[in-house]
Amino acid sequence: MVNEGPYQHQSADSALNFARAVLAQGHEIFRIFFYHDGVNNGTRLSVPPADDRQIQKEWSELSKEHNLDLVICIAAAQRRGLMDADEAKRQGLDADNITDGFRISGLGQLIEGSIESDRTVVFGD
Amino acid sequence: MATKKFMFVNRKAPYGTSYALESLEVVLISAAFDQDVSLAFLDDGVYQITKGQDTTGIAQKNFSKAYKALGDYDINKLYVEEESLSERGLTQDDLMDLVWEDEDDDWAEKPSIIMVNREQLSDVMAEQEVTLSF
Repeated sequence: MVNEGPYQHQSADSALNFARAVLAQGHEIFRIFFYHDGVNNGTRLSVPPADDRQIQKEWSELSKEHNLDLVICIAAAQRRGLMDADEAKRQGLDADNITDGFRISGLGQLIEGSIESDRTVVFGD
Repeated sequence: MATKKFMFVNRKAPYGTSYALESLEVVLISAAFDQDVSLAFLDDGVYQITKGQDTTGIAQKNFSKAYKALGDYDINKLYVEEESLSERGLTQDDLMDLVWEDEDDDWAEKPSIIMVNREQLSDVMAEQEVTLSF
């Protein structure tokens, strides 16, 4: 579970590095759930300075490479303006901003992931 | 689906950040999955279950009543760390009266709050299979 947004807080970097490390060790990641401001890890409209890391893009690439299930909490996302095309349409909004490799779903995905996995690791403040 | 021992660790004040409110949302969802759920309140998290919360001045929802409903969802193990209370000049009398009804005991009302010291709480945490910290 990733509870903090990128750039503001190191949690997102730590989670990304931890995910890479466990995959390199041959472990399986059942799911990564983004909650609180952590939902901002899934926006495609982030434009950091060219000499900085591109956290959202790195998530997206890692997801593609390892077929990871990256889930953004819908309740937290709605509050913070993270939308996929379906949700934007349902809410009558004129834009969506979710990046490739992420999907939006409910908190049940966090509980289910915790039941199905041997370990649940929280990255937060 | 398997049943696991879940503990939700609440460390933040109820207002000021959204951690407490969004933690409560996860707790309520977990009830629907029939898990063995307990909550821990420590550090400023003890303020989440204090009596007499009034949010009229800050234009935010007062969600403290939702803690009273936890017993109805069979969430009845609320561990409160004694040191966190005393460090803030609080006692158990400052906390809401949170109870649950025991269907195996003629629906007798029983307290949900379990006072523990720091060492006891660490033992309870060690028994958990999933610890989600907010």
